[in-house]
Amino acid sequence: MRFVDEYRDQDQARRLAQAIAKATTRPWSIMEVCGGQTHAIVRYGIDELLPPAITLLHGPGCPVCVTPLELIDKALFIAARPEVIFCSFGDMLRVPGSGGDLFSVKAKGGDVRIVYSPLDALALARENPQRQVVFFAVGFETTAPANAMAVFQAHAQKIPNFSVLVSHVLVPPAIEALLSAPDNRTQGFLAAGHVCTVMGFEEYLPLAEKYHVPIVVTGFEPLDILQGILMCVEQLEQGRAEVENQYARSVQRAGNRPAQALMAKVFRVVHRKWRGVGEIPKSGLGLAEEFAAYDAETRFGLADYHKDEDSECISGLVLRGVRKPHECPAFATRCTPARPLGATMVSSEGACAAYYQYRRHTEKSREPAPRS
Amino acid sequence: MAPPPNFNLNCPVPITGQDHVTLAHGGGGRMMHDLLERIVIPAFGNQPLESRHDGAVLTAEKSRLAFTTDSYVVRPLFFPGGDIGTLAVNGTVNDLAMCGARPLGLSAAFILEEGLPLATLEKVVASMACAAQAAAVGIVTGDTKVVDRGKGDGIFVNTAGVGVVEHGLAIAPTSVRPGDAILLSGDVGRHGVAIMAVREGLQFDTTIETDCAPLAEPVLALLAAGIEVHCLRDLTRGGLATALIEIAESSRLHLDIDERNIAVEENVRGACEILGLDPLYLANEGRCVAFVPAPEADKALQIMRNHPVSARAARIGQVSEAPASLVTLQSQIGTRRILDMHSGEQLPRIC
Repeated sequence: MRFVDEYRDQDQARRLAQAIAKATTRPWSIMEVCGGQTHAIVRYGIDELLPPAITLLHGPGCPVCVTPLELIDKALFIAARPEVIFCSFGDMLRVPGSGGDLFSVKAKGGDVRIVYSPLDALALARENPQRQVVFFAVGFETTAPANAMAVFQAHAQKIPNFSVLVSHVLVPPAIEALLSAPDNRTQGFLAAGHVCTVMGFEEYLPLAEKYHVPIVVTGFEPLDILQGILMCVEQLEQGRAEVENQYARSVQRAGNRPAQALMAKVFRVVHRKWRGVGEIPKSGLGLAEEFAAYDAETRFGLADYHKDEDSECISGLVLRGVRKPHECPAFATRCTPARPLGATMVSSEGACAAYYQYRRHTEKSREPAPRS
Repeated sequence: MAPPPNFNLNCPVPITGQDHVTLAHGGGGRMMHDLLERIVIPAFGNQPLESRHDGAVLTAEKSRLAFTTDSYVVRPLFFPGGDIGTLAVNGTVNDLAMCGARPLGLSAAFILEEGLPLATLEKVVASMACAAQAAAVGIVTGDTKVVDRGKGDGIFVNTAGVGVVEHGLAIAPTSVRPGDAILLSGDVGRHGVAIMAVREGLQFDTTIETDCAPLAEPVLALLAAGIEVHCLRDLTRGGLATALIEIAESSRLHLDIDERNIAVEENVRGACEILGLDPLYLANEGRCVAFVPAPEADKALQIMRNHPVSARAARIGQVSEAPASLVTLQSQIGTRRILDMHSGEQLPRIC
């Protein structure tokens, strides 16, 4: 397939891997921020091509994994209400809250629907004026513009029975939180190409300078990731700490200005809890005052609900790159995608699930996981 | 590596197990597998069921009969390239074919929802008659029930089939041997994408049609030519990956396949790229894998390619001893990873 196969070429992949090996003179730890990149790395076995001196750390870039427990609980509560049609992207349906997941709410009679766009949810609200239609607005900067558009249109078209449960998170504050943590191991970053397609990469310049860390905006195909790693290693070896753009076919320095303008109108920056990590200041988006009427938390009286996570699950350490998934004692035994203990095992972008699906035999054992 | 200090095995988000049937239990993945293993098979436990094959082979005097059943609850009822009727006939014909059996007769049982237009039923029945004729089998008995409006989804169809086994082979996962070649009868993923496109209102430049078709002809041709077929499996829910994982687990052998030899139509690949789906896990309704001794692989492929339904048959991998019960896949960039059974249906990813 054109524009896909070119980026998965075996010979090119080998050549890039050789170039990385040649450029590497000592150990380096590089974090890919985005869950889509983690998925591609493990799915294609990209790290198998790298020299042993390069360690890839899998960052907190899976929106499903970092959505806090209390927000999942709120989703379950709202979805169970008889007047509600609860709309979500597919992979949120299996994320465990305190009492089950959205699939189990659906099984007990809740009207839970998978949609492919928040505008589909808005259309449902238009078609079902007697029902409350709630969209679970999850994701990084990538999904924020479309979600902003849904709220904007609901407001413009006066659709009162539509609301959003917002759990948007932002990448740069997360990178800063990781870099300022005392146990930080990350020496270079592959920034998420899709996030930067929306936001551009100017906001990463101060981070690279302040923490003296190279940041390479990187795409999602195997050759993108290998080239991003090569650019990052070259910077590390040369003692440079710059923001470079590997994904130039999609990302421009300033990003998508109209999308940013819409986000700025509909959302405001808020403090946000990250599952497994804790609260990071100014790391999320909530609805701006003008659009507060579309906030599902307020509409369903849940703004004051709080639920703390138990700190025992090591998904926090996995998300910060301090531990690898298979270093968890529960990995592939008590914790599997069918019975996840934590969110990183749920989404196919979660580091634990990606390791489980593609890597169990090499990292853990050669036996299949026992049937739970 | 030592666990972090104060590590406690208590889960922060404990899952206590599902106490209701969820849609994931019907998704053809690990949860459905567990449902059968834990609740259904122990309740009925017997030797034919223990083989965990697509159908049971029963002995009657001097002949052997294959027997199978399947229910169809597809939404929408009509989709590009087929409908619930063609699925219901071909699905059962194919389950018989996977036993290496020639179909003798099918049953058809309908559960109809009050208010269903009779024209819809007529259309489905006509499709069934047409598919049965193509598979050279009669629909010889049946049943009809009607449920209250809202208690069904238009039409549910159950078909069962009986076929005669005219060979002496034990075609089953447990007959797979190290050194066997794994043959795939055609491209994968079309049915899954065709259904999803209609159900979710996704539009592509070209209409993707289901691959729904009967597989009896190429299978019977393999047997007639004396190919020592060890195992056959049609690829339905859960797709190629799940079928291979089930066979690896039942045979306790290692299956290694090469992604580059697995055909996926361009438009199916495109849809999968957009939705974040893996074509290896998408449903098919006219595809199967065959396990044959490696020296017979080329001859078997030639025979399969003589039939339109399996014209694109290809050798995709081989069987070895270890690591046991595992399926590995060589990726497009030449690295190797394992294939794991999904817990339920594939879910489109956020971004």
